[in-house]
Amino acid sequence: MQPYDPNPHDASANTAASEHGRTRHGVTLRINGQTHSVEVEPWVSLLDLLRDRLDLTGTKKGCDHGQCGACTVMCDGERINSCLTLAVMRDSCEITTVEGLSNDGQLSELQQAFIDHDAFQCGYCTPGQLCSAAGLLKEGRASSVDEVRELMSGNLCRCGAYPQITSAVCSVALPASTRAAGSSTWNAPVLVGKVPA
Amino acid sequence: MRPFNYTVAAGSEAAIRALGSTPGGRFVAGGTNLLDLMKEDVAQPPHLVDINRLPLEGIVLDGDGLLLGALARNAHTAWNPLVVERYPLLAHAILAGASPQIRNMASNGGNLLQRTRCVYFYDVGVPCNKRRPGSGCPAASGLARQHAILGASPQCIATHPSDMCVALAALDAEVRVQGPAGARSIPFAEFHCLPGDEPERDTVLDEAELITGIALPANRLQAHSVYLKIRERASYAFALVSVAAALELDGNGRIVDARIALGGVAHKPWRDRTAEAILLGEQPGDALFTEVGQHMLRDAKAWGAATSSSGFKITLARRAIVRALTAALDGTPAVLGQGVSA
Repeated sequence: MQPYDPNPHDASANTAASEHGRTRHGVTLRINGQTHSVEVEPWVSLLDLLRDRLDLTGTKKGCDHGQCGACTVMCDGERINSCLTLAVMRDSCEITTVEGLSNDGQLSELQQAFIDHDAFQCGYCTPGQLCSAAGLLKEGRASSVDEVRELMSGNLCRCGAYPQITSAVCSVALPASTRAAGSSTWNAPVLVGKVPA
Repeated sequence: MRPFNYTVAAGSEAAIRALGSTPGGRFVAGGTNLLDLMKEDVAQPPHLVDINRLPLEGIVLDGDGLLLGALARNAHTAWNPLVVERYPLLAHAILAGASPQIRNMASNGGNLLQRTRCVYFYDVGVPCNKRRPGSGCPAASGLARQHAILGASPQCIATHPSDMCVALAALDAEVRVQGPAGARSIPFAEFHCLPGDEPERDTVLDEAELITGIALPANRLQAHSVYLKIRERASYAFALVSVAAALELDGNGRIVDARIALGGVAHKPWRDRTAEAILLGEQPGDALFTEVGQHMLRDAKAWGAATSSSGFKITLARRAIVRALTAALDGTPAVLGQGVSA
């Protein structure tokens, strides 16, 4: 057994960068309609590029492990976790962040629905919820409340505003007739405690 | 994350060459598991070869079967019309896993290569035979609620975390790979390893071998396919136990083809053809399904501390098998996102 290492992320690791022949890569991204060309080290996540280098701090870092969804952005029209992808892997991509959802200061229908339905408390998860819901709308797969809930399950809300978030998203994603629970042909998974044994 | 070199591969052969010349390097596709492991310092590749530009994204007919490109994303695969129509079991399993965002990113090849979510494997401050061979397995006598009951060894009781792979095992998939020594096709049952004395090895892939696709043979299981996933919350959690169950019935209602694979219970998707043989030629029913459940778990063993053992999964898996087979008999349920919006 090797000795316990209390600090595996030793700061000296960063200095090793200079030992690599080529540490920076040119990356061009179109973000919210604007072109950005930057030089980044390969280990910079798309999330860190957005927040730390481009000052687009609307996108939030929650867990940094793809478990909470706070960092959700759209890449080439699909929602992704920006913490789990490298900026260099997204060269030439079209990115939409929460800053890009409104149009000339006019809130999108989804953003207005979040206000109308009081779909947040602290607001930290909201940019990710909004981008995730925008992805859900674009996918066009959700046809019931149960499906909206399932297809929003990659976004956690520590304040527990789920009922309001669900109604906000449903108000935009579903026609009024399908907004009642249980209207789906798809059956939501049954919780363990309810399994008939 | 530790610094590393990064190159983009223009073709499969260039990718394989690039990896062959950098010991410890890795291919990166979706990156959803690899980058997480790198952030946790569990993986420390000095070089990443980005394979996302390779033309391996297609989902195409392959004889009377289907070939899933290694770089097709999990979400695209699950909602591909050919997959939904011919392999609803696979669509259900993929959509039971991860989150919509991760399914948009994760590749099919990467899904097969994702590593266990054992908490000891992920914690670089503690021993783990899979991460550091020979250092020990704290899970075997520790917190083992997420761990194995079948095929484990005292060296490692980790489980394979994939849902997709459980369906692929049931569907007799083959993994197409290309490497420095040429191309080969690996039957799914032989692709993942049991831990034995070499738990650091997850699969039979050789160094610098690249998964190019996953081939699915034709079957007649479409009408009776169910993926049952038991987990600690309703969505976005790994399976405690999952069951991929599929049946084909003849005109008299007798079972002529049966597939059962278990997830969350072993180091690989657990398939047992002797259990499936019990079903063949029989009329389906509770007593038969119960016998199959008993048979599949006959060698099951609890691991971990008495207060946090994997033992509860033995009963859970037996019952989940009965429930999955019962549900499969009733008919394949609707696939998530396939309903017609009013």
